[in-house]
Amino acid sequence: MSERGSERVFKGLAAAEGLVIGEIAHDAVARLGGRRVGNAAEECDALLQAVAQAKDELGALIAAQDELAAEILEFQEALLEDDDLLAPIFKAIQDGKTANGAWDEAMDKEIAEYRSGDDEYLSARADDLADLKLRVLQALSGDGRRRNDDLAAGAILVAEDLTPSRFLELDWKRLGGAAIRGGSPTSHVAILARARGVPLMVGLEAEIEGLAGGTTAILDPQAGTLVLAPSAASLAAARTRKSAQALEAARAASGLSEAAATADGTPVRILINVDDPRILDNLSPEICDGIGLTRTEFLFQGEGLPDEAEQLRVYEKILAWAGGRPVTIRTLDAGGDKPIAGLSQKAEENPFLGIRGLRLSLAHPEVFRVQLRALARAAAEGPLKVMVPMVSLPRELAQARELLDQVLAELAAEGTAHARPALGMMVEVPAAALMAADFEAEFYSIGSNDLVQYTLAAARDNPALAALAEPENPAVLELIRRTVEAAAARKVEVSLCGDLASDRQAVAALLDCGLRTLSVAPAQVGQIKEAVRGHSLTGDQG
Amino acid sequence: MNEAAKEVSQARGEAVIQDPTGLHARPAVKLTKLAKRHEATVEVRAGAEGAWVNAKSPNAVMKLKAAHGETLFFKADGADAAAAVAALVSLVERDFDG
Repeated sequence: MSERGSERVFKGLAAAEGLVIGEIAHDAVARLGGRRVGNAAEECDALLQAVAQAKDELGALIAAQDELAAEILEFQEALLEDDDLLAPIFKAIQDGKTANGAWDEAMDKEIAEYRSGDDEYLSARADDLADLKLRVLQALSGDGRRRNDDLAAGAILVAEDLTPSRFLELDWKRLGGAAIRGGSPTSHVAILARARGVPLMVGLEAEIEGLAGGTTAILDPQAGTLVLAPSAASLAAARTRKSAQALEAARAASGLSEAAATADGTPVRILINVDDPRILDNLSPEICDGIGLTRTEFLFQGEGLPDEAEQLRVYEKILAWAGGRPVTIRTLDAGGDKPIAGLSQKAEENPFLGIRGLRLSLAHPEVFRVQLRALARAAAEGPLKVMVPMVSLPRELAQARELLDQVLAELAAEGTAHARPALGMMVEVPAAALMAADFEAEFYSIGSNDLVQYTLAAARDNPALAALAEPENPAVLELIRRTVEAAAARKVEVSLCGDLASDRQAVAALLDCGLRTLSVAPAQVGQIKEAVRGHSLTGDQG
Repeated sequence: MNEAAKEVSQARGEAVIQDPTGLHARPAVKLTKLAKRHEATVEVRAGAEGAWVNAKSPNAVMKLKAAHGETLFFKADGADAAAAVAALVSLVERDFDG
């Protein structure tokens, strides 16, 4: 701690950035113990009930939270159903230990074991065990859940430690941020805080009891400081920074929903890539001009292959989200490197040059037809486009079209509602880029990741080749230009949906190749739109 | 139980962990949940020299500390032993469904 005039400055480590001006509040301390101890049977019963209560609480938390939180909590939930872990504890109670004592002792032993090795990952899981230990002890003490509704709005929460489940219980819409003595920037709490934008400082060098509740403070995790009772000057400076940050965020947010155009006024459409439709729940369609790539591999990762109805439901949901904006859905893009149980071949010498993408779909028409039927039925609900991956020859696209035609005829004969979706292709094989005009595609979408790897003969997952697999290689840009020219000559749309489109350094080069549609990762939409606005087409080309 | 029946009720299998971070919490939970769906006793070990542990115990499976590229061995005993091992091997081969 250091003193600057009347204010006191405590140091810590940044776990999640942000700036908070608020009053200090202490998290309610868990009340443990204070329970009347019964006989062995009563103690067993008490622990059983506490475990059940903890399981209920965790289940409710998991249901109310997002994927990330669920992922962190489900390990704890699973431990409560681990007979190997629980049976010896009940045995110890029967042998005379109290419920609290037996649980405490067993969990401490496990926590020590998790922490003992040099395995960083396992050590971090010890925090989850500690979290679970505390939750069950609280349930045993009959104290119920800790309250958190009496904490002041915008407060800076201070605590010895914050378990992941406690973090998730607190209302971060109301609270400003937190500073804790324990934790590390890589802990689960830190990950959660970053994901939720909650300013968090860990490793706080302060006696928590010494921080009086209600005192005004400034929490600045990035600077690694908690300033208690700040001077008027510090407070004014923090307020100025805070309003500047708010202004900046507002500007980025407003730019996010506005259409993009280059500095000299050429409109550029920004679409998004959707790896898994679950991300759409937290995303506004206002930020984009549609979906340029929906991967469908996730549908095929469960037990068994997805049937038509299941696929149709998912496609319809995506179209509903897009609200009339065009949605491009890519048919299954599996291969030896991303196998699908019961479909893809397991052992290929060279999966990237093997039976993948459309090649795999054409080899399994019975599976491909199901997907095409679901897509054609969904097309009745909105502007849906179907894109086939990994096309090398015009013949392959023609075969896909034949299958689509057959499926459409079937649906018509059955009287099932459907529409003909536009059928386009990914351009990711150099042969397809060179001869793009020969393909009867209704649109082209350049898959830059594979195009780079196949053009430069450099595996994209080999870090030793990173310098070779440079996406802005002139050969790659030439192939992109040719594809754009072919699209213009055939009067069809062309876009780029690889990682390159999400790289703001590459935006200028892509626009100069003639691209006017980019499909980007949802998180990069704001940045890419800004990069588009900062580029002048006439300026660079003279 | 005669020898033939015994053979049917036991099964073994193996698969290599593909996830670069190894058998972390989420896959460990998935693995134990899948094992629990079977009646057979199922054991798992990491590497041919590892100790067998109960594949239905998330705590035990977590402590295997099985790393990327390591082989998980399964053995099961019970009526649906073959189905249990096949399901678990497939889960690991599918990289725990991403």
